[in-house]
Amino acid sequence: MSPLFLFLSFVALLSALGVVFAKNPVHSVLFLILTFFSLSGHYLLLNAQFLAAVNIIVYAGAIMVLFLFVIMFLNLNVDTEPHKPALAKIAAAVAGGSLLLILVAALKDVHPVGVTGTAFNSQIGMVDQLGLKLYTDFLLPFELASVLFLVAMVGAVMLGKREVGERNF
Amino acid sequence: MQLTNRAKKLEKKPMTLAERAYLPAIFQGLSITMRHFFMKKATVRYPEEVRPFAPIFRGLHVLKRDEQGRERCTACGLCAVACPAEAITMVAGERKKGEEGLYREEKYAISYEINMLRCIFCGLCEEACPKAAVYLQPDKIAPPRYERDEFIYGKDRLVEPVSPDARSVRGIQLTADQADTLRARLA
Amino acid sequence: MLELPALGWQSIVIFVVFALSLLIATYCTYAERVIAAFLQDRVGPDRAGPYGLLQPLADAVKMFTKEEFFPGGANKALFIFGPCLAMITALMSSAVIPFGNNMSFGNNAFFLQGIEVNIGMLWVFGVVSLGVYGVMIGGWASNNKFSLLGAIRAASQNISYELAMGMALIAVLMMSGTLSLREITLQQSAPGEWAMWNIVRQPLGFIIFLVCAFAETNRTPFDLPECETELVGGYHTEYSSMKLGLYLFAEYINIFVASAVMSVLYFGGFNFPFQYELRDWFVNSQSWELASAQNLITLLGTVGLFLKIFAFIFFFMWIRWTLPRFRYDQLMRLGWTILIPLAVFNILLTGGLILAGVIQ
Ligand code: SF4
Ligand code: SF4
Repeated sequence: MSPLFLFLSFVALLSALGVVFAKNPVHSVLFLILTFFSLSGHYLLLNAQFLAAVNIIVYAGAIMVLFLFVIMFLNLNVDTEPHKPALAKIAAAVAGGSLLLILVAALKDVHPVGVTGTAFNSQIGMVDQLGLKLYTDFLLPFELASVLFLVAMVGAVMLGKREVGERNF
Repeated sequence: MQLTNRAKKLEKKPMTLAERAYLPAIFQGLSITMRHFFMKKATVRYPEEVRPFAPIFRGLHVLKRDEQGRERCTACGLCAVACPAEAITMVAGERKKGEEGLYREEKYAISYEINMLRCIFCGLCEEACPKAAVYLQPDKIAPPRYERDEFIYGKDRLVEPVSPDARSVRGIQLTADQADTLRARLA
Repeated sequence: MLELPALGWQSIVIFVVFALSLLIATYCTYAERVIAAFLQDRVGPDRAGPYGLLQPLADAVKMFTKEEFFPGGANKALFIFGPCLAMITALMSSAVIPFGNNMSFGNNAFFLQGIEVNIGMLWVFGVVSLGVYGVMIGGWASNNKFSLLGAIRAASQNISYELAMGMALIAVLMMSGTLSLREITLQQSAPGEWAMWNIVRQPLGFIIFLVCAFAETNRTPFDLPECETELVGGYHTEYSSMKLGLYLFAEYINIFVASAVMSVLYFGGFNFPFQYELRDWFVNSQSWELASAQNLITLLGTVGLFLKIFAFIFFFMWIRWTLPRFRYDQLMRLGWTILIPLAVFNILLTGGLILAGVIQ
């Protein structure tokens, strides 16, 4: 446990708590971004530079911008927030708590098969290694995912296209 | 409704491919601005460089003196009447004995004021004056000031100096002989 | 000889890169005004110092001494945080740009580059995608409708153009096979074929990248987030004093970084024509040591890279004072229905050419 790891974990947990407890939704989003950053730091510690960079680009750089975008428009603040009944709060706490319990219990003593300290390839997180893995062992899921993205993108372009006769200004 | 038949019929053609690609137009615009980059600059760096005055420029007024150094103005008030902006006021007075060297006529202006905030520098006062006393100088402008009352120019700032060497370039000028006599008298 | 560990030299390089980014951004403000003036037949600022060269200093003094204003109802913490973030993200990306090849003094060898990582391009891309936060947070925290609109515009514009930009980059990556900016530069320097800069192999990709770079740096014709005719001042309407200064400054640093990235990716970075011939000439005809000849070439290459960067910065400003602003829907349409399909086409074309063996 290097001091860097401890620091990053501390920041990650603290900001994750901040996401939940912040009153202002914009603050929540910013805390979430901070969480992503500390996660990227963890990836870097694991020698997974590509994952770290992509995590920042995709999550912090694109998805969270959209979150922020929407939240800024919503004008959420304390007075407009609907008051939730105490029962709902208790139920949410119980549900979330048991999920945490299950996760901890399930992952407590997992031993990943085939990964031992000596046989571990420390370069696996590098771009070229990752690419090789993706394009050989995981080709089908990878291609399916990319088709999905392509469809989504074409859909976005189609939505943006002006229809015949449409003229809004 | 058509009032005249001068209206130009514009045909709205669909844009050609080159026009829609937009890049040719951008390069055209870029070449225009680049041409201007190397053009001669129009800026006049003011305090060091001044734009030359036009010879007919009408600037700050001056009350001329004659060849013997006497004020020409006789306080007839014609300039004030002619002034479209009502910028000129004056008080007339009678010349006393012994003041012949100061005023050319028997009646003279005790005070003569031009409000430079009102004045539009039209030059009508200059044209109205029968004594060739008031002129608008071609090389001086009314400078900016902080207070309004500083723009009311009295005789102290309007009457030109006696010395033949410090006279305004506008208006009746002294001949060489007259200037010499005047210099001799002043010395 | 100064005895510094390799890291010591590297930290000096980092410091120099940092200082240089700031210095260049400072003088970009001056260059912008002078170029604008020249393109409009004026002379620009020429009072502060010889040729007005101290103008940035005067501006800085002005900025620092102006009143700090906080709008009522603003979220004060975020209001301050916004410009800081804009500045941080702008400065971070210059770290991975290879400003020169390696230098060696005795046993010390070091790169003229802040940090050499094998994901350099992703780093730049990631930091650029974060740049919008500074604008968004500042715009939102101002508690002003115009600021908010500017922030929203910045967000949607950046996201839209990031896509096309990323895809233009992918075509370059397909040819280079690496994400390291240094590697990409070195690949453009094969001895004897100095004309193989990426611009020759990726003209379409370059144009897409260029347009996206303009949009990402919020420069005219895509400066809708700060469009003063519609939004007063856009996202920095409420900002005053040095906080405004930081926003404006961040924009110039972004221009510098964008210019540097374009020079590296498409214009051969620190390579310049006939560098190997020149080095060999020094070694053979002037009987220099190979190391010192290489050092000289590296320095010349750095100068060359900066010339390329300055040319791009000039181009940014030239465009700004030539083209009018796009309308917002035109901007979105250009991004989504023209640039992205074009970038996809470029990827397909590059892939096809690689398969056909025309380019590697
Ligand atoms: S120049 Fe015209 S406006 Fe000025 S004082 Fe003479 S007549 Fe009046
Ligand atoms: S300046 Fe001329 S017109 Fe005016 S009062 Fe004197 S003499 Fe008359």
